[in-house]
Amino acid sequence: MKNASGSVAGGGLKLGVLLMATPLLLWLLLLVILPHLDLLMVSLRERISYGKYAFSFTNYIEFFTEPLYWNTYVRTATMSILATALTLVIGFPISYYIAKVMRGRGKSVLFLMCLIPFWVSELVRTFGWMILLRESGVISHFLQWAGLVDGPVEMLYNDVTIMVGLVYTSMLFMVVPLVSVLDSLDDSLIEAGYDLGGNAFTVTRDIVIPHAMPGIASGCIVVFMLTLGNYLTPNLLGGKSSLWFTEQIYTQFITRFNWESGSAFGFLLLVLSSLIVWLGLKLSRQTLSDTVG
Amino acid sequence: MADQFDLECRDVVKKFGQFTAVDQVSLTIPQGSFFSILGPSGCGKTTLLRMLAGFIEPTAGDILIKGKSVLGVAPNRRPVNMVFQHLALFPMMNVAQNVAYGLRRRGVGRATIDKKVAETLARVGLPDSGQKQISQLSGGQKQRIAIARCLVLEPAVLLLDEPLGALDLKLREHMKVELKQLQHEIGTTFVYITHDQSEALVMSDQVAVMNAGRFEQVGTPQELYYQPDTPFVAGFVGESNRWQGTFETVADGKAIIRLDSGGVIYTDPTQVTNPDLVAGQRMDVFVRPEAITIAAKGQGPVATSGLNAMQGRVENLLFNGAASSVQLRETTTGHEMNVALPQTGAFAGLRNGDELDLSWSAGQTKCFPNTKPAQADASGEAVA
Repeated sequence: MKNASGSVAGGGLKLGVLLMATPLLLWLLLLVILPHLDLLMVSLRERISYGKYAFSFTNYIEFFTEPLYWNTYVRTATMSILATALTLVIGFPISYYIAKVMRGRGKSVLFLMCLIPFWVSELVRTFGWMILLRESGVISHFLQWAGLVDGPVEMLYNDVTIMVGLVYTSMLFMVVPLVSVLDSLDDSLIEAGYDLGGNAFTVTRDIVIPHAMPGIASGCIVVFMLTLGNYLTPNLLGGKSSLWFTEQIYTQFITRFNWESGSAFGFLLLVLSSLIVWLGLKLSRQTLSDTVG
Repeated sequence: MADQFDLECRDVVKKFGQFTAVDQVSLTIPQGSFFSILGPSGCGKTTLLRMLAGFIEPTAGDILIKGKSVLGVAPNRRPVNMVFQHLALFPMMNVAQNVAYGLRRRGVGRATIDKKVAETLARVGLPDSGQKQISQLSGGQKQRIAIARCLVLEPAVLLLDEPLGALDLKLREHMKVELKQLQHEIGTTFVYITHDQSEALVMSDQVAVMNAGRFEQVGTPQELYYQPDTPFVAGFVGESNRWQGTFETVADGKAIIRLDSGGVIYTDPTQVTNPDLVAGQRMDVFVRPEAITIAAKGQGPVATSGLNAMQGRVENLLFNGAASSVQLRETTTGHEMNVALPQTGAFAGLRNGDELDLSWSAGQTKCFPNTKPAQADASGEAVA
């Protein structure tokens, strides 16, 4: 804030900029920075007796010593990375088809078809999956009717189902940046690649993917963060066995009413997502400004 | 016979639905020549080029490269390479990687690639630019790298799709000469498409003028300019004054054409391309602006059967250095004419409203029977 008042003295233009940015700054300060600072402080204290707290690392130590927490944490990260990779692998051909193969009307229709499921809330979409996949659901009934199975089949509450749900939920957030970045790829670059002797594989590897890299990175970041922080899909489709880290946080805050531990977990999730995004950017040699801008 | 030609098309047709983009085009391009396809936009020249490159399959007809049919052969397997309109250099690679791209796809060894890339870069005059990024190059340098990227593969035919279009005028003039020299040095067959007649005339050994999917005429630039076969070629290549009139008769060895706007024009019967003309045949008459001699009023020659003479009033002086011209209105017919000014500066003092005597020989007049008046009018506007 001192900096800001210093720049006010600097000139009228800067005052204008500051006024314009005030809502944004207030929003950042009140809804992002302050709660996180509070979260950090809560996570670093221990309740000694009623209303009495002391500074302590207990909550973090508890996390690292209790295998359930620790395993859930690693499992959530691995599953999220896998879900992001799967979304990319499925989303890339779809985006390429929409951006480069389809023309005119068909293009907007396909794009709209990707968009339409997202007009419904995530909860409803997830219940849709449950109707299809549960023991007494549509697919189970169909398989029995077709004589392929003898009894009802339970397809909910396993990792594959969680993965299907996560990929489905994230698809749009991968397809949108990819379509826009592939749209900006000049067709003649692809043709030049073929003309100079490339085949579908080498042209994709040498020309399409390097061009699409900023879109791939931004799609992956968004999908990864959404997946890591997802609560509904793993909880509903995975049930008790889903072991998603957000469920642990929920349990600490709501069931155990242990805000100190919940805050520590929340902070650890923030550290995890920042770390993996940073690592991903380093590995793909992208910068955050390239990706966002 | 066939192996003398690097590229041959036999009755190639391409239809998009009901629309015929390329209609029965046949061409043969001898080895090592610079062949241009010149035509207005939308005439089908890009479609033709893309069929040669393999991006589009013809609806009918055959394309032969070095005597072998390439129908059904994918672009990456054809011995032709293309310089794209916007060059299509790969921005994610540096200059050397761009040039090496095709060689790497062929699985050539690294040492050979490095050697060939260096040689090719030297040949296009950019020996030290290998490590540069594409964005660091100027327009003319990009041009040369795009050509180098194709030449390094030693294609049978190099296809160029209006690559000079994006350059500014000075650079374009320079690149014209450079491209012609480059082609001469390396001896690869170039097929160049353009809508700019000056590019086609300056660079080519042979030019095909294309209109509405068909070849109107194939010939050397001189032939196209001095002996156009069709009214379209006469109007499209170079500047022309054009009239419409009716064929009357042949007298004293000269054909007489009566103009719609009044007056007659004499022409050699040999210039009338259709030999069995009948009186009353509608004709298109073309005269080049530089074929017309001007003189001060009253000092020009009198019209004879071998010489056309008219008077005109200056309406507009179009000063453009050596290419200066003057727009006149013919006194008796009211027809607008464009006349080149002599480069000696003899008429430098000309003013709007001055009257001049105009004359040109019968041999300088080109006539074509006008069979489709509506279409001729449309192409006439394209000339202006």
